[in-house]
Amino acid sequence: MRDGFIRTVLELAKENKDLELITGDLGFGVLKPFWEALPDQFLNAGIAEQNMTSMAAGMALEGKTVFTYSIGNFPTLRCLEQIRNDCAYHGANVNIVCVGGGFAYGSLGVSHHATEDLAVMRALPDVAVFAPADRVEAAAVAKAVVNYPGTCYIRLGRGGEKLARETIDHFEVGKALPVQEGSRVAIFTTGDIYGEAAAAASLLFQQGIKPGLYTFPTVKPLDEEMVRACARRYDLIVTCEEHNILGGLGSAVAEVLAESAAGTRLVRLGITGSYCTAVGDQKYLRGLYGLTGEQMAERILKELV
Amino acid sequence: MTSEQLAWKICRHDVEMTHVSGGSHIGAVLSVADIMGVLYADVLHFRPEEPKWDGRDRFVLSKGHAGGALYAALAEQGFFPVEELLTYYRNESRLSGHVSHKVPGVDVSTGSLGHGLGMAVGMAIAAKQDKKTHRVFVVLGDGECNEGSVWEAAQAAVNYQLDNLVAIVDHNHMQSLDFCERTLSSAPMARKWAGFGWNVMEVDGHDHAALRAAMTSSRQGIPTVIVAHTIKGHRIPFMEQDILWHYRFPHTGWEYDCAVNALHGCKPAGAEDPYTPNGIESPVLPDENADIFRDHTMGATYEPAWFRLQEVTK
Ligand SMILES: Cc1ncc(C[n+]2csc(CCOP(=O)(O)OP(=O)(O)O)c2C)c(N)n1
Ligand SMILES: [Mg+2]
Repeated sequence: MRDGFIRTVLELAKENKDLELITGDLGFGVLKPFWEALPDQFLNAGIAEQNMTSMAAGMALEGKTVFTYSIGNFPTLRCLEQIRNDCAYHGANVNIVCVGGGFAYGSLGVSHHATEDLAVMRALPDVAVFAPADRVEAAAVAKAVVNYPGTCYIRLGRGGEKLARETIDHFEVGKALPVQEGSRVAIFTTGDIYGEAAAAASLLFQQGIKPGLYTFPTVKPLDEEMVRACARRYDLIVTCEEHNILGGLGSAVAEVLAESAAGTRLVRLGITGSYCTAVGDQKYLRGLYGLTGEQMAERILKELV
Repeated sequence: MTSEQLAWKICRHDVEMTHVSGGSHIGAVLSVADIMGVLYADVLHFRPEEPKWDGRDRFVLSKGHAGGALYAALAEQGFFPVEELLTYYRNESRLSGHVSHKVPGVDVSTGSLGHGLGMAVGMAIAAKQDKKTHRVFVVLGDGECNEGSVWEAAQAAVNYQLDNLVAIVDHNHMQSLDFCERTLSSAPMARKWAGFGWNVMEVDGHDHAALRAAMTSSRQGIPTVIVAHTIKGHRIPFMEQDILWHYRFPHTGWEYDCAVNALHGCKPAGAEDPYTPNGIESPVLPDENADIFRDHTMGATYEPAWFRLQEVTK
């Protein structure tokens, strides 16, 4: 999805000379097509994320649409106040791209686990938050954020994600996308953990339960209407995200459900407890938090009894 | 163990660790191996059997992506079994790609560049306040010196007269996509530190005697920085100054075989290779399609019109 996203941004940039991409000294092998094709719309800001973000804001205020690019927590937490004051508050057209949400860089260690990014970005007023499931959603998000005013945050996977669908007929910022309707339980998922959620859905189907399955490429603004509609339709809503349980998709859904007094039960699946000190790859670390397809299916079955 | 032997073993372990795990940053490890070898063989005071001994010198590897170098040094000095090194990156391991303080002998985790000097400054302040006599050492990358936080800490170190603090800059002139000068130049590196008020020493970062001398000298009332001139990928010619080896691991075939044999070509007496004791007898050699001795830098194919990329001064 990372490569697809950048390819789409490159295509858009060829049509729009005010579209710029700034990297924080990352993207070997990924950004080369961009800097070769459009050198005057590309910068390497070096290992200086705070300055990268302030520069992006300055350029945006002069009429550019700027993508900042880095991995893990570097484009967000490292330069949080620059995002808040310089970008969001000024309504600057800065699109912050993070490659490697969640445990994508699992073995590299805690510094590289982006597991609070959705919560932190969601808490900032005037920042829209996206976490596409696959390359098709990623391409749609790339197109959408270029036209969406103000500051956006986009969390991407590193590649090889399972496709939720071949094409999207109509993508709209703030709208969830159904993969399938079902009964009794609805699974809401955001980001590239979709593959695990889909696996859980198939396992449940083998057990005679057809769950609803919905992707949320936009985490903020949240598709509240969809949440309320599902609350009416299903007995149980399960949110699934490769992110801390605090403040992400599950929390956003909980806020809507609590205020709508629907009484529908909610189970939030995500990362809990202290920082993850275990070492391992993405799949392994997901397993430690009950986030593999099998584990989620098992948990949902228990909740439905 | 001599510093030469330790430095070599760090290189050999890390070739194996990255080969087995598919891990990155072998170039960064080879760049810093001599610095680590001298520190852990001759300079730092520590007790492997008592990693938290209060009298130990503190050490921060701020360029945490070279964690493999620190793990190898610690294992060789007896903090944990050498065999554990091959769990690097693996599921259920303790050895994450970037430095982890969950490993015996490691004081602080790093991995996000630009944090280490500030933490070292804090440790040095605490030592002064508590009248402790140990020293604090921190190793930074030169690309890392792009970060503003490095220079905030640099000011603090001078402000608090931290003569118990030694920073070492692994000055290999390369960072993630290109040479530093073509990214965000920190040149002139030594004069920048001097301008901030530090005691600056410039040495060949692969010369152990010079490193040792610089690491053991200090000036009263001001912190010391050693600008160590290094070569990224040092000891393995096809990795030297090729940005590809910031990422790539030595794959089975000519890459691994030639890396191992390059190390055997410069093995100091008394250093034993636990993996391939006599090197590799009939190594696979690169064919004409091998991705070797090519320019992989960004600057090779990046030609903006509105500003001029700076000249590389290696
Ligand atoms: C804050 C932050 N931004 C980006 C990175 C990604 N990164 C890892 S290593 C590296 C290059 C480091 O260059 P340098 O400090 O010169 O170290 P060298 O590998 O040359 O020794 C980058 C950009 C990071 N780890 N931390
Ligand atoms: Mg460097």
